[in-house]
Amino acid sequence: MTQSIAGTTPRHRTISPLLASVGIWLAAGLVMLLLPQVFSSGASLTKLCLMGIMVIFALAYNMLLGQTGMLSFGHAVYYGLGGFFAAHAMMIISGEKLAVPLAAVPLVGALTGLVFGVIFGAASTRRAGTAFAMISLGIVELVAALALVMTGFFGGEQGVSFNRTKALALFGWKFGPQIQVYYLIAGWCFVSMIAMYFITRTPFGRMCLAVRENPERAAFVGYSTQGIRFIAFCLSGAFAGIAGALAAINFEIASNSMLGAQQSGTVLLMAYIGGAGHFAGPIVGAVLITLLQSSLSDITGAWQLYFGIMFILVVMFVPGGLAGLITLHGPIARAGLLPRLAVPYAKALVPGLLLVGGGALIIELTYKLTVERAKTTVLNLGLLQLDAKTALPWIAAVILLAAGAWTLRRLGPGIAEAVAATRAEALARVGA
Amino acid sequence: MLELVVFSTLNGLQYGVLLFLLASGLTLIFSMMGVLNFAHASFYMLGAYLGYQITRTIGYWPGLLIAPLAVGLLGAGVERFCLRLVHRHGHVAELLFTFGLAFVIEEVVVVLWGRVPLDYRVPALLDFPAFTLWDTTYPAYKLFMLVISVAIFVALLLLLTRTRVGLIIQASLTHPNMVAMLGHNVPRIFMMVFGAGAALAGLAGAIAGPALVTQPSMAALLGPILFVVVVFGGLGSLAGAFIASLIIGLVQTFAIAVNVSLNDVFLPLGISLPAPAVLGDLWNATLAQLGPVIPYLLLVLMLVFRPTGLMGTRET
Repeated sequence: MTQSIAGTTPRHRTISPLLASVGIWLAAGLVMLLLPQVFSSGASLTKLCLMGIMVIFALAYNMLLGQTGMLSFGHAVYYGLGGFFAAHAMMIISGEKLAVPLAAVPLVGALTGLVFGVIFGAASTRRAGTAFAMISLGIVELVAALALVMTGFFGGEQGVSFNRTKALALFGWKFGPQIQVYYLIAGWCFVSMIAMYFITRTPFGRMCLAVRENPERAAFVGYSTQGIRFIAFCLSGAFAGIAGALAAINFEIASNSMLGAQQSGTVLLMAYIGGAGHFAGPIVGAVLITLLQSSLSDITGAWQLYFGIMFILVVMFVPGGLAGLITLHGPIARAGLLPRLAVPYAKALVPGLLLVGGGALIIELTYKLTVERAKTTVLNLGLLQLDAKTALPWIAAVILLAAGAWTLRRLGPGIAEAVAATRAEALARVGA
Repeated sequence: MLELVVFSTLNGLQYGVLLFLLASGLTLIFSMMGVLNFAHASFYMLGAYLGYQITRTIGYWPGLLIAPLAVGLLGAGVERFCLRLVHRHGHVAELLFTFGLAFVIEEVVVVLWGRVPLDYRVPALLDFPAFTLWDTTYPAYKLFMLVISVAIFVALLLLLTRTRVGLIIQASLTHPNMVAMLGHNVPRIFMMVFGAGAALAGLAGAIAGPALVTQPSMAALLGPILFVVVVFGGLGSLAGAFIASLIIGLVQTFAIAVNVSLNDVFLPLGISLPAPAVLGDLWNATLAQLGPVIPYLLLVLMLVFRPTGLMGTRET
């Protein structure tokens, strides 16, 4: 995690950084405004809503992991509690007929996240590193176990459901149709994104980086590393609470699965695969993984396995995540040297596809033979029908996998060298 | 009452030593490499599933031997080919790698054996009540689990303190550079310890499989408890892990047996919760219901107030 946070603009351009960043935010807002016009079906609207929620959650999480260097295994506590408190707030609003619009309900989530962030953060941010990670794990298990006992508040297995249309309607928006909920989520997402981005630009945001990179030096400069960690933790909890409240509004229910270890793991996956070292990384991760979750689960029953393997591969080979991979090519693109990488990448593509194809084939054949054995053992690939009970598909899969792995292993170092050399040359041209 | 105490103690001890089989490997691996292995409980689950598969094809006893060996080999392979590669990116990456590995192992188990619990039975040889006290019988298999776990504990203790291999392992815990200087292959020692830890976890799984439920969530259920044990006992301390295993084992079994709530305790003293508040459920919940909460409460309190754990020498 050595990449800097976004916003470094190239030196050879004359656009002022402020103008550029305003432009980027305007473009992002416009895209969010127009997305439902392009993808207007009900299914894609549902996905878009989920993406918006997850973008806030992953960015909030990355205030810890990426910006302050704190690995938390239990951030769903603030997300889930935000959802539950928002749900109860909605029940009170509709029950007492309070004049509170639905758009203000996420504030309840933010406040919840903040308060619990203060409570749990006071205990856990005294430590960093592995101890912090362990405490976060302990807290999430503690809260999840308590939620099962306190059925009065958490609603037990059924959760707490409510009717989102019972709040005060402003401008005739009752938030019955999903599209109105989308704009609510998009609005909160946009505001949260900007807020979190500008937090990284404040002196406090810079000190977070210092605490991540070298806590000892940060302490010597005169800052309390524990204090910085604590503030980052509370803020992160507040934004996670907003995401949780929006999730509760979106589904009209807050349930126990929102605050468990699994939800915490998902947001970790999103932030890390997207790239924890870059501000936009978690956005990429949240969008990509939400997409994968819904589309892969339609295609194959073993989608979670692919998911896990992808995560392991990212940890092993691309520790900077997808955003890290993209920023690596930034200077190369600016120096106009991108075409030079076409040949090495094309060379890597073929064995890479073989490897992925062979691996996927083995997983799918196994899946047919075990889980779906009673239904059918024939894997339907459109043009090709493969019976998992025969030997031929298996042999083909193993050959594909082995050939891909072997070639990639042979070519890998050469390709990495070519990329590094091109990057060095590009840096020399652009930077000098 | 006496019956309850005796049986809860026996069950607690048996669960405690089983926990120690897992915790010993986990804490040794942590002392050596500084990695808290998230996938340790997954090795335990693999041990149970492999044990089941071998029991069905060959028999229970070969399974008890082969399953741990296979899991140990897998563990060594993971260390050699993956973890060593990730090590360059630092501890966070290592922790994340084992986290991902646990996720993948669970999904592989689901793909191979399905989500339904397996019918992993106690071998016929041990399927009889060992003794009867006050009309309650104690199964022989549980006694067998207790004996095996204690035997392994003693063997491990002797291996670490009385043999050359044990000396080298102990030395590599504290002075890896010096051990390397003396001509030992430290990375290989790391690999072997990781493999041995995984094998112990596999053995625990193969033993516990028939007694507890063999299902894909068994790793996720036990994993957090395992962390509680090693952190509570003090990371890197075998003796601490042993004591913590017994404490957690006993606390959990006794909690299940006690049907008393805070309300029951305080009401005779004239204290009651004013008005039905949000915390009312907590106030009226029995200790049996609160059982799952206790270990995590202990973990958080320990980390906040005594970060070294019971017997640990260094901070987490």
